[in-house]
Amino acid sequence: MIHARGLVQTFTTRKGREKQQVRAVDGVDLDVAEGEVVGFLGPNGAGKTTTLRMLTTLLRPTAGTATVAGHDIIREPVEVRRRIGYVSQAGGTFSGARAGDEVMDHGMLYGRTRAQVMAEGKRLFEQFQLDGLWDRMPKTMSGGQKRRLDIVMGLIHDPTLVFLDEPTTGLDPQARANLWDHIAALRSQRGATVFITTHYLDEADTLSDRIVIIDRGRIVAADTADNLKAQVSGDLIDLEVADPGLVSLAAEKLGAIAEPPRHGLPGVEVDGVHVRGRVQRAGHAIPGLLRELEAGEITLEAIEVHRPTLDDVFLTLTGRSLRDAESGGPTDAANPADPSDPSVDRAPATGGRDAAPATGTTLTGANR
Amino acid sequence: MTTTFWRESFIVFRRQLRMNLRNPAWVIIGMLQPVLYLLLFGPLLKPLVQQFGATNAYTFFVPGLLVQLGIFGAFFAGFSLIGEWREGVIEAERVTPASRTALLVGRLGRDLLQLLVQALILVGLGLVLGMTADAGGIALGIALTLLIGGACAASSNALALATKSEEVMAPVINMVMMPVLLLSGILLPMTIGPTWLQRAGDFMPIKHIVDGVRSSFGGDFAASGVLWGSVWAVVLLVLALWWGTATFRKENA
Repeated sequence: MIHARGLVQTFTTRKGREKQQVRAVDGVDLDVAEGEVVGFLGPNGAGKTTTLRMLTTLLRPTAGTATVAGHDIIREPVEVRRRIGYVSQAGGTFSGARAGDEVMDHGMLYGRTRAQVMAEGKRLFEQFQLDGLWDRMPKTMSGGQKRRLDIVMGLIHDPTLVFLDEPTTGLDPQARANLWDHIAALRSQRGATVFITTHYLDEADTLSDRIVIIDRGRIVAADTADNLKAQVSGDLIDLEVADPGLVSLAAEKLGAIAEPPRHGLPGVEVDGVHVRGRVQRAGHAIPGLLRELEAGEITLEAIEVHRPTLDDVFLTLTGRSLRDAESGGPTDAANPADPSDPSVDRAPATGGRDAAPATGTTLTGANR
Repeated sequence: MTTTFWRESFIVFRRQLRMNLRNPAWVIIGMLQPVLYLLLFGPLLKPLVQQFGATNAYTFFVPGLLVQLGIFGAFFAGFSLIGEWREGVIEAERVTPASRTALLVGRLGRDLLQLLVQALILVGLGLVLGMTADAGGIALGIALTLLIGGACAASSNALALATKSEEVMAPVINMVMMPVLLLSGILLPMTIGPTWLQRAGDFMPIKHIVDGVRSSFGGDFAASGVLWGSVWAVVLLVLALWWGTATFRKENA
C-alpha cells in the first residue's frame, strides 16, 4: 500500500540572521502492506507529520520516491488523493460551519453526487455515534465528537488507505478508548489499511500490527510491538525492601541475575527502598531470586514485574527516553512547517518513575 | 475536465457563500463603507469639482470609490482564509483530488459576488444623489472593478496562505494600500498635483484603472484611459491568479 524510498524533506529556518537547512525527514524508507495497521511512533518534532504530509501529496519531497495506493506521489498525486483518506491533527471542518454541510462539500469534491455523499455521510454519522449532530457546528461538539467528525470527513469517499495524524491528542481517557474502538473497526469492518502517527506508546501498542519508530527524521526500528520489546533486555523487576538496612544486600542478590547496564538502560538501580533491575524471562528468574532473598533474610513489602514498554524500546534504540526526546533537544524546533506539533499538545506526564507522555502507559506495560 | 473544474469551483463557492451569509456582519460593514464615503465625503467634493475640471461631483467621485471598493474590500478577503487554514480546512481541501485553481476560484467567486452587490449599491446611490453617467459606461466600469477586485482578492488569498498570520498580513496590506490610495487619484484627481506627483502616479497601475473607469462612466470609451485601465486590470488579474494558484499548490501552504 505504501512503498517509500529515501524520502527527504529539508526546511530552511532562520536563527537570527543565519539561515539553517534543517532535514526534518532524513531518508525514510517505509513499506506498508495492504490491510495492515501501522503505528508511526516518535517524539514531537521527529518528522512524523512531515513524512505523512509527503505521503499524502500535501508536501513535495525534497528527495526520494514513494508509491501510495499504487500511484506515484509526485507523478500522479491526483490518483493518490482519490484513494486515500487523511485526518490531520487540525481536523478539517470549520468550527462555525454545520457538520453535515462540511461533510457534503468534502465528499462532493471527490466527484461524488449529492445523493451518494448524503447516504454515505448519514451512514458514517451513525457508525461513529454522531447521530443527530448533522446540523451542529463543530465548535459546539465535545473533543471526542469533533475527532470522530474529522474521521468521518476522511472516510467519506471510501478510501482504501487511511492516514490518521495524532488522532487522540488532547482527548480525555474515555474519549480515547472510544476512538480506539472506532479506529480498530476501520480495518475489521471496512478492510482499510491504516497508518497512524502517535507519540503515545500505549496507542501504538494497542492499535497497530506493526510499529515504525522515527527519531530525528530517521526510521530507527520497524517491527511488531512484541519483537521490539524483545530487543529490550528483559523484564523489569521492582523490589520494595521492608528493612532499609538490607537494600544493598538485596541489590547484590538482584545484581547476580540481572542484566548489566547497556544500551542506555541502567543495570541494577537503588531508589530509596526500591531495587530495580532487568532479567531475562522474569517468570523463570523470580522463584530463584525469592529463595536467595529469603536466605539473606530480606523481607519484601512488594514485588512488581514490568514487561518492557515501548518507552524502553525507544530508550534502547536511541539512548533517550521518549520523554526526554520530547522535552527538548535540537529535533524539537526542527519542524517549522509542522503547525500541528505545538507544545501544548503534550499530555501531562503521569508522574512516578516511568512517567511517559501518555496516561496509562506504565499500567499498560505492567499488565502485559 | 473543465466541467469538473467548474463543479469543484462551485462547491467551494457555495460553501464560502453559505458561511458568509451565516455571519452577515462583515457583509453589512462592507456595504456600509462605500455608502458612508458617498454620504460624508461626497458633499466635501461638491464645491471643489469645478477646480479640477469636472462638472458633477458624483460622476467624478463614484468611479474612484468603485475602484477603492474593489481594492480595499478584496484585499481583506484573505483574512478569513487564515482562520480556515488554522482549522485544517485548507489542508482537508488540498487532500481531495479537486483542482488547486478551483479552490481559489471558488473563493474569488464569493468575493466578486460581494463586490458586485456593493458596486450596484454604490452606483445606485450615486444615481440617486445626482450622478449622471452613461449606462454602458457604468457596466464597463463595474466590469473593470470586478477585474481589479478579483486580482486583489487573489493576491490577498495568496498573501494569507504565504504568511498564515493576521499580524503579518495586516501591516503588509496597509503598507501596500497607502501609496495605492494616495497615488491613484481615487479621492482627488492627480491632475491638480505637481508634476512630480503626477509622474509618480503614472507608475501606479491602479491610477490607470481609476482613469479608465472615470472615462468609461463619462461615456468616453475612446479615451486612452479606458484601454490602459482595461489592459492593466487584465494583467493584474492574470498575475494574481497565477500567484494565488501557486500558493494553493505549494507544498507547505
